[in-house]
Amino acid sequence: MNPIFKNHEKDFMRIEADQVCVDYNGTVALYDASLNLKAGSICGLVGMNGAGKSTFFKALMGFVRPSRGKIRINGLKVNQAQKEQSVAYVPQNEGIDYSFPVSVWDVVMMGRYGAMNIFRIPRESDRRAVVHALERVDLLDLRERPIGSLSGGQRKRAFLARAIAQRASVLLLDEPFSGVDVPTEKLMAELFLQFRQEGHTILISTHDLNHVRDFCDFVVLINKTVLAYGETSEVFTSENLNKTFGGIPPNPLSGPTSSKDFINE
Amino acid sequence: MSEFLISITPIDWLLDPLTHDFMRRALMVSALVGGVCGLLSCYMTLKGWALMGDAVSHAVMPGVVVAYALGLPFSLGAFVFGVGSVALIGFVKQKSRIKEDTVIGLVFTGFFALGLVLVSKIKSNIDLMQILFGSPLGISRSDVNQTLIISFIVISILLIFRKDLMLYCFDAKHARSIGINTGILHYLLLTLLSLSAVVGLQTVGIILVVAMLITPGATAYLLTDRFDQMTLLAVFSSSFSSILGVYISYWSDIETGGSIVLVQTLIFLIAFLFAPRYGIFKNQTFINNN
Repeated sequence: MNPIFKNHEKDFMRIEADQVCVDYNGTVALYDASLNLKAGSICGLVGMNGAGKSTFFKALMGFVRPSRGKIRINGLKVNQAQKEQSVAYVPQNEGIDYSFPVSVWDVVMMGRYGAMNIFRIPRESDRRAVVHALERVDLLDLRERPIGSLSGGQRKRAFLARAIAQRASVLLLDEPFSGVDVPTEKLMAELFLQFRQEGHTILISTHDLNHVRDFCDFVVLINKTVLAYGETSEVFTSENLNKTFGGIPPNPLSGPTSSKDFINE
Repeated sequence: MSEFLISITPIDWLLDPLTHDFMRRALMVSALVGGVCGLLSCYMTLKGWALMGDAVSHAVMPGVVVAYALGLPFSLGAFVFGVGSVALIGFVKQKSRIKEDTVIGLVFTGFFALGLVLVSKIKSNIDLMQILFGSPLGISRSDVNQTLIISFIVISILLIFRKDLMLYCFDAKHARSIGINTGILHYLLLTLLSLSAVVGLQTVGIILVVAMLITPGATAYLLTDRFDQMTLLAVFSSSFSSILGVYISYWSDIETGGSIVLVQTLIFLIAFLFAPRYGIFKNQTFINNN
């Protein structure tokens, strides 16, 4: 099942970042960050808060303009790729106003806006896409509910459904596992594997190393630049993790107590 | 006066004002302005722009004065100063360490003061009280035409970009990531705010126009979880408040702008207390059954 990608999307790297530098008013947030992700891969973006993770994300979404370097998505510039509906963004739960008067259906339909005309009037195909997306995240029964009445896990699934409805080839997820219940986590894991098979490329920003090890084929370790990048088994060395987290044991509450334990597991 | 009030029938109460040309005009303009501001108020409350609404509505003051003095349509001057104030707020915020709410307060009071000074200095037939407090009962024919044109523009744009603006208020990042130009939407919304402030000040004046731009939206927000319903409720309650306010003002000879805004506030209070889901005395069975 792979009818959704446009022809040109097959020939290129899904995400291609070449020596990307970003600075805010002279302060360097990210330098020389390079990354190549092919179709059908899941990549974890790992780093401490303030290490440039979200800056890299913002650059990939075109929210900040790199001062140097270039970014291509399916061979296109970021804004062109966005106009082609190639990039879907799943926000952190904290970034959304959940008292906003919209239903689950409305939220998922927002994934279709880019494919609609200026009045954003849904066609039959848009409704089918929304139903299909809701089925995949197991929320079809709750489609009429206000988004604010959902649990944390259900909310996450609703925004995942929006990304599915958008039919983007590249998915960017910001801390997808935070505040999520176990059934949702299982469902997300299954979905990610399906996405990979369908040829999607998924980039997950997270500080949770356990999840990276469980889901990700590739990992990017970030601390102001890309420290290490490659297959998860090769990159996750205690040396690399120490460089990434500056010797501080990552995630003491939910993760391994030290990077050393993590490697020995 | 009160004896007179008791002695008339409700039908007379409704129909008698309609025999006057100025009252028919006032009712029509107030209802229309109420609808326009009510529709926009949904976006203002959801986006959290109440203070911005206050700022823009005050900042249009010098624009109105200058336009009158130059013989231009006052909406043009108001529009220029409304958008200008927003640009200035953005500039000062970016270039200094001062927090945004302080910058907003600083800029709009500055503009407002400039307006007051200009009124006292420019010799013209501008009535300060009319600008500050509105006077729908004394609205002129040319002002009616301007109001009609601006209202038509604002409503059309809001209807065309309804979904995009809603998405912009809800999740601007997603809007950007699907290729929607949120910068344009931002300034579009600010432009609509300036235009609505201009028509709003016709009926309730500069000082109270911010009520027109937030109260109906806040009331509707307490009553529904659906965006489309919210817009309908806001428009309806806002227009209704305007009409009832004008009637009350006519019969009991009280200030019209104050009367309209008081009715709005009263409706808000009722929603605040008795809204089925979000009121203080919310209906528990309603919540459990939904």
